[in-house]
Amino acid sequence: MPRNLIEKIWDAHVIQQKAGHPAVFEIDKMLLHEVTSAQAFDELSQRGLSVRYPKRIIATLDHSIPTDKNRTIIADDAARVQVETLRKNTQKFGIPLYDFGSQHQGIVHVVGPELGFTLPGTTIVCGDSHTSTHGAFGAMAFGVGTSEVAHVLATGAILQYKPKTMKVEFNGMLPAGITAKDVIMKLIATIGVGGAKGHIIEYVGEAIRAMSMEARMTICNMSIECGARAGLIAPDETTFAYLKGRPYAPTETGWESAVKAWREWVSDSGCTYDHVVEMNVSALRPMVTWGINPEQAIGIDDCIPQIDNGEQAYAYTKLTAGQPIRNQPIQWAFVGSCTNGRIEDLRLAARVLQGKHVAAGVTMYVVPGSEQVMQQAILEGLDQIFIAAGAQFRMPGCSMCLAMNADKVPPGARCISTSNRNFIGRQGPGSITHLASPATVAASAIKGMITCVEDVL
Amino acid sequence: MKSFHQVTSIVMPLDMDNVDTDMIIPAQFLTKVDRKGYGEHVFQRLREQDTHFVWHDVRYCGAEILLTRANFGCGSSREHAVWALQQAGIQVVIAESYSDIFYNNAVKNGLLVISLSATEIEALMQKAKQSVMAVAIDLLSQTMVVGTENPIHFDYDPFRKACLLKGQDDLDYLLEATHG
Repeated sequence: MPRNLIEKIWDAHVIQQKAGHPAVFEIDKMLLHEVTSAQAFDELSQRGLSVRYPKRIIATLDHSIPTDKNRTIIADDAARVQVETLRKNTQKFGIPLYDFGSQHQGIVHVVGPELGFTLPGTTIVCGDSHTSTHGAFGAMAFGVGTSEVAHVLATGAILQYKPKTMKVEFNGMLPAGITAKDVIMKLIATIGVGGAKGHIIEYVGEAIRAMSMEARMTICNMSIECGARAGLIAPDETTFAYLKGRPYAPTETGWESAVKAWREWVSDSGCTYDHVVEMNVSALRPMVTWGINPEQAIGIDDCIPQIDNGEQAYAYTKLTAGQPIRNQPIQWAFVGSCTNGRIEDLRLAARVLQGKHVAAGVTMYVVPGSEQVMQQAILEGLDQIFIAAGAQFRMPGCSMCLAMNADKVPPGARCISTSNRNFIGRQGPGSITHLASPATVAASAIKGMITCVEDVL
Repeated sequence: MKSFHQVTSIVMPLDMDNVDTDMIIPAQFLTKVDRKGYGEHVFQRLREQDTHFVWHDVRYCGAEILLTRANFGCGSSREHAVWALQQAGIQVVIAESYSDIFYNNAVKNGLLVISLSATEIEALMQKAKQSVMAVAIDLLSQTMVVGTENPIHFDYDPFRKACLLKGQDDLDYLLEATHG
């Protein structure tokens, strides 16, 4: 019987399936960061257990660390203890830690792919919901809680029920200036924040095939924002070209056989899914959120809609139905995060900002996703473009996406952001977030109000 | 994991869809390395922002059952959200649906998460908002009783039910299955 890619990866990883029980599901790889791992290592210690497969795990620092130049001096006592705890735990169990200055410290979902740790057909977990990012390589990758981090540390497996499957087909080619961020935001606005609950999504279609790996990662990253357990894309030549030569990818001798095996990770013709969503993207416009969750998103030319039970959203964002989103004043702009903190995203923002200046009264942070992204940006002179435009080019980390460190949008301020969540207080208590693409964020920073690239050309 | 059998408590109505884990416990409180001290910050953003937020309503003080709507626990995978609810005294959440990761985190910590239909939630929500309402929940019989009304049946995954009644967590199961 023909199987889709999700079913194939599932079948290949079920270790045990007892009737009426969840499957014992093998996890090939795990990524660790400082915020959701300490309690998992504690659990192991309390039970007298060790790490079963340390070679399947890598760790880095991203969530709670500062992003200023003196970042190695962590002023926040709790954050410093958290970082030191991860150093101690990874050293104790022989897990590689990509620490400050290792060339590969950064947001865990930027670092995994750039190291070639993320490979087609594998199962990957991390104590972070945006683990779905790694699905861009044809991996089944999803976020787990700290208890399940402990389960993988101790056994290399977790208990899982078989997911439902959803195919999302993006037809047509993207218009000039429209990005993967706009595509995934449009999907979430269409099916809703719970629209893919219980499902893993496979993204297909010519628009996907034409995308770079960075763009595919942006798509898969936000799968969680429509409630999907994960999102993935079958590997192809673009995937293989990206992986070749990366530190954890198969080396010269094993490369050909690895690629041959990876080519099998595609859906069979005639396979079926529990749900299918089709969307034509050929007339898509830049997308911006107006409310307090990612489904509350509209095109740049649209007005704030009238929705049921929207009182809290209107009150929090200080917007009313019928108002245009365009030209809403902003005071902050953020380019970064596991959604849009990769080199392509920085290039795009730099292209818009080149020769221009951020508007008076706007603070703009550009936070590269990793040390490698930062070095590449410096090599290309992007940092100088950002600095000349009046933006701050900071050190790698999650930063203002979730405001766990000192990078916070002040109360009442409005921020246009390339991150993934516009939840109440997400970027700091009382902050108002508008999600958008790097191009839209850069254009809005120049104007000091929400706008898109075509308005600043 | 602690076991769960039954609870009788007043019900706190949190009349919202899509309550995300940033609302339940904001990121700034996640820098700790242990599992304690999250309860005092539960729903902190909503409490700061709205003096009429249900958590401030003294009528619901001491509630061990939280009643809410669809897609509860969406967003971040932080298990701290479950720890925060439990440490604030919540033993049961009743909602129309949950995010997958939150649901998984709940069952691994002995927090009973019950799903009811939108119609049932609506009826309970109206009652809980109008007056302080005590509900008795029994996992073994999968029933909840509101006052003197007929019991409401709720579905619950048989595997998870057995684990919860025994207080047995996944790790022992996994250790046995993967050592074999």
